[in-house]
Amino acid sequence: MADQDKSKKRKPTLPPGVGAKKPTMPPGMGAKKPTMPPGAGGKKPTMPPGAQGDGASGLTRADFSSDQDVRWCPGCGDYAILATVQRLMPELGVPRENTVFISGIGCSSRFPYYMETYGMHSIHGRAPTIATGLKASRPELDVWIVTGDGDGLSIGGNHLIHIMRRNLNVQMILFNNQIYGLTKGQYSPTSEAGKVTKSTPFGSIDHPFNPSAVVLGADATFVARTMDRDPKHMKEMFTRSHAHRGTGFVEVYQNCNIFNDGAFFQFTEKDSRADRTVYVEHGKPLVYAGGSRGLRLEGFSLKSVDLESGSLSASDCLVYDETSRELATIISRMHWDPHMPQPFGVFYQEERPTYEDMLHAQVDDVLKRSGTGSLEDLLSGGDTWTVG
Amino acid sequence: MANKTLETLPEATILFAGDSGDGMQLTGSQFTLATAYAMNDLATLPDFPAEIRAPAGTTYGVSGFQLHFGSVDIRTPGDEVDLLVAMNPAALKVNLDRVRLGGTILVNSNAFDQRSLDLAHYDANPLEDTSLDKYRVIQVELTRLTRETLKESGLNQKEIDRSKNMFALGLALWLYSRPLEPAESWISRKFAKKPDILDANLELLRKGFYFGETTELFVTRYEVTPATLPPGRYRAIQGVHALAMGIVAAAKKSGLKVFYGSYPITPASDILHALSRFKNHGIMTVQAEDEIAAVGMAIGASFGGTLGVTGTSGPGVALKTEAMGLAHITELPLVVVNVQRGGPSTGLPTKTEQSDLMQAMYGRNGDAPLPIIAASTPGDCFEAAYEACRMAVKYMTPVILLSDGYLANGSEPWLIPSVDDLADFEVEFAAEPNAEEDGAPTYHPYKRNSGTLARPWARPGTAGLEHRVGGLEKADITGNVSYDPANHEHMTHVRAAKVARIQQEIPPTEVFGAEEGDVLIVGWGSTRGAIEAAVARLREDGQAVGSIHLRWVNPLPPDLSDIFTRYNAYLVPELNNGQLVRMLRAEFLLPFEPLNKIQGRPYGPSEIQQHVMGMING
Repeated sequence: MADQDKSKKRKPTLPPGVGAKKPTMPPGMGAKKPTMPPGAGGKKPTMPPGAQGDGASGLTRADFSSDQDVRWCPGCGDYAILATVQRLMPELGVPRENTVFISGIGCSSRFPYYMETYGMHSIHGRAPTIATGLKASRPELDVWIVTGDGDGLSIGGNHLIHIMRRNLNVQMILFNNQIYGLTKGQYSPTSEAGKVTKSTPFGSIDHPFNPSAVVLGADATFVARTMDRDPKHMKEMFTRSHAHRGTGFVEVYQNCNIFNDGAFFQFTEKDSRADRTVYVEHGKPLVYAGGSRGLRLEGFSLKSVDLESGSLSASDCLVYDETSRELATIISRMHWDPHMPQPFGVFYQEERPTYEDMLHAQVDDVLKRSGTGSLEDLLSGGDTWTVG
Repeated sequence: MANKTLETLPEATILFAGDSGDGMQLTGSQFTLATAYAMNDLATLPDFPAEIRAPAGTTYGVSGFQLHFGSVDIRTPGDEVDLLVAMNPAALKVNLDRVRLGGTILVNSNAFDQRSLDLAHYDANPLEDTSLDKYRVIQVELTRLTRETLKESGLNQKEIDRSKNMFALGLALWLYSRPLEPAESWISRKFAKKPDILDANLELLRKGFYFGETTELFVTRYEVTPATLPPGRYRAIQGVHALAMGIVAAAKKSGLKVFYGSYPITPASDILHALSRFKNHGIMTVQAEDEIAAVGMAIGASFGGTLGVTGTSGPGVALKTEAMGLAHITELPLVVVNVQRGGPSTGLPTKTEQSDLMQAMYGRNGDAPLPIIAASTPGDCFEAAYEACRMAVKYMTPVILLSDGYLANGSEPWLIPSVDDLADFEVEFAAEPNAEEDGAPTYHPYKRNSGTLARPWARPGTAGLEHRVGGLEKADITGNVSYDPANHEHMTHVRAAKVARIQQEIPPTEVFGAEEGDVLIVGWGSTRGAIEAAVARLREDGQAVGSIHLRWVNPLPPDLSDIFTRYNAYLVPELNNGQLVRMLRAEFLLPFEPLNKIQGRPYGPSEIQQHVMGMING
């Protein structure tokens, strides 16, 4: 395990026969360079506030960029995520003033400062709790949580699983770079076993876990994975997570070019991406490597098969069903397997009442039965007596 | 009745004690209700183990309920017990030292079998030797009488034996001439759907009452005439319910919705229980996954323009500490209720203590002072909670509200406040940009009110006021992230000055007892009753002793120095190892003398009285 991971880290694994075929699945970026950071110095003029009070129509990416300098390291994958979110915002039709970004602590959690919306940069791991209080008390707001693998899965792991089971209608973006960046390079709960870091000079002996499997275990209602190097897919995942009524969990494979450079290159870079990734889509067969390979379900396991020998075709592959918890579980367990592609896309979605809807339905029900409570009646409730 | 004499008492203290499963809390609270009906002043002290059902008959499973009532001013649950009702040997063993010499002990003599005596570690049966000679012992065969009364009831033996507290209650009500009606109507409501249990309990209650009248065991019956309380409408109130209603009152008067996030913890859970029933009073409640989530949710709600409140006890506050710092630096309203219990760590979960004052004062990283308000009686929890909410919003700051186990579980007659008399509670949300930048209107989240130094409260959803807050230091006015050294020092001072400004809300400090003289007692929190009862006795003895009681512990009232100059010596009684006393010494450089009790129980007035006499007599 350790050896494989080491090689993964150093250089993208290049399985034989790569590169020649065009991927049919995700259009990806082709030859286009990944979106570059908007530039730390490139201040965008802020639109006069209040000018677009009634809606988001007519707003642009610039309207969602705050006047604060972005302070991530040049080349960090975070820039692509920020740019994608800022581009997405005008398309969602949510008034800017109704949008709130809440984060914890870590590199990713600086995110709210760069969004010209309401926001809170809170404390380590606790963003889901702040978001829960806000969304439960103000259901009309559009609440986004930004977290990382350390913030969300380590110190904040408890809150992450509980917001999933409660199913508040919020979006959570988890920047997974498999490292602690802001504290300068310790291993995280998603770092591979054996990883050598500042705090693990002889290799990490921690067993890593996989965010999508964790949240599925907590009965999440929307689970997706995307990557910083594929902004189009990333935007699609955010759009779907936003459209989902419930907690929309999107894990983003994000490159930390300072402390864990290349952790995901085998999945994100042009040379190896087609063979090392499979994009799952509801109702479509699981094929990858430009259509030359596919995944079949054999028992409870997926098996990679050759679609070019003539004996099997795409129609023999598993047709993905994102409403199947069982398939989502199998997909979420495809992890660190050098013989299998890494899945991206929407793994799972189900409709379940949201926490805030149920909370307010209960309040409304009590109000309907008992009417608005009178303070006078409450104070003088129970047995009373009069003196004098 | 003819053969009994009726003796009128100014006051009496009664203690019901038995196994955790004997229903002593219920018996005590029903006796309290009947006493409230009899218009006595009263104070109660429920005292129960942390274990839900400790093994029957053991000393550590003993549960007690003490009630002090009278026609005079009652400030504490009583120094010494006049009547102990002991349901078994363990209850006698645990509580005997609380009974005054010459006091009455009523025992269930059927429970004094060898097994129960062994469990209570009695070498000999105390009912048969001389160990209780200094008391009046009344032996009642509670178990046998109960079984006899209910033998036709159709209930099984276990159900019958569990009901014997009703016989004891009836007997106690007769002994002190209390009305039966409140208990009767409570039983009728409680067991409306279980007619056989209802009938059995009613029959036992009355049987106990009439047993007192017919038995030869009692020659004297007591009465305690109504107290002369200020005129008005009263109810018996438990501190925890008063506190919950104070929060509801804050919601009503301010027009704010309240969000209460909490994680179950003794003795604060009852606040959550009470508030979760008040959904039609503008209260939302969430039982969070942990203490940190509970405060985080409250902060999130406050950011959204709802008043966030979280309640817990000391160990829970320890976990909330970092988030309280966040609320301090983001300058959002938040009320953190600490119903203190014996510490440190898990400590004595069901016992009272005042040992979290230093935690409230200093328990955060960085310079992060928070206002601290302390309730002083069960009924006062209402007003303290209301004030905590009001100041949190007015000054845009977290406020710590200190209660304790004794206040939360204790009860007293409460003059029901008039809603109109509550202090004004107005809330103003920022509605439009408050500054200009490059000719364009903009919003500065840290532009302050000059009177309170509070920053404006802008709710998400308000166009043009989009802004970010967070745990990183912010530049004053603009609220942008700032690492500027001078700004950090400035902001630290401003946040502290804002908290200190609450001084302007504190009414002049009232002195109880002598306005000047030998000794001034300085107290805070739940010791008020014991301190003032002690001062009243000392005054009767002609001593020049006064007391002040701090409602705001931070900031301290502005007029304390003037008061201190009028006394020769100062005593600070606390249910901890000396916390307020250290604060006062540091602040005023005067020789405040500590008096400390760390036993999980409140002070009796005589403990304070004796110490003051020692100080005066040197």
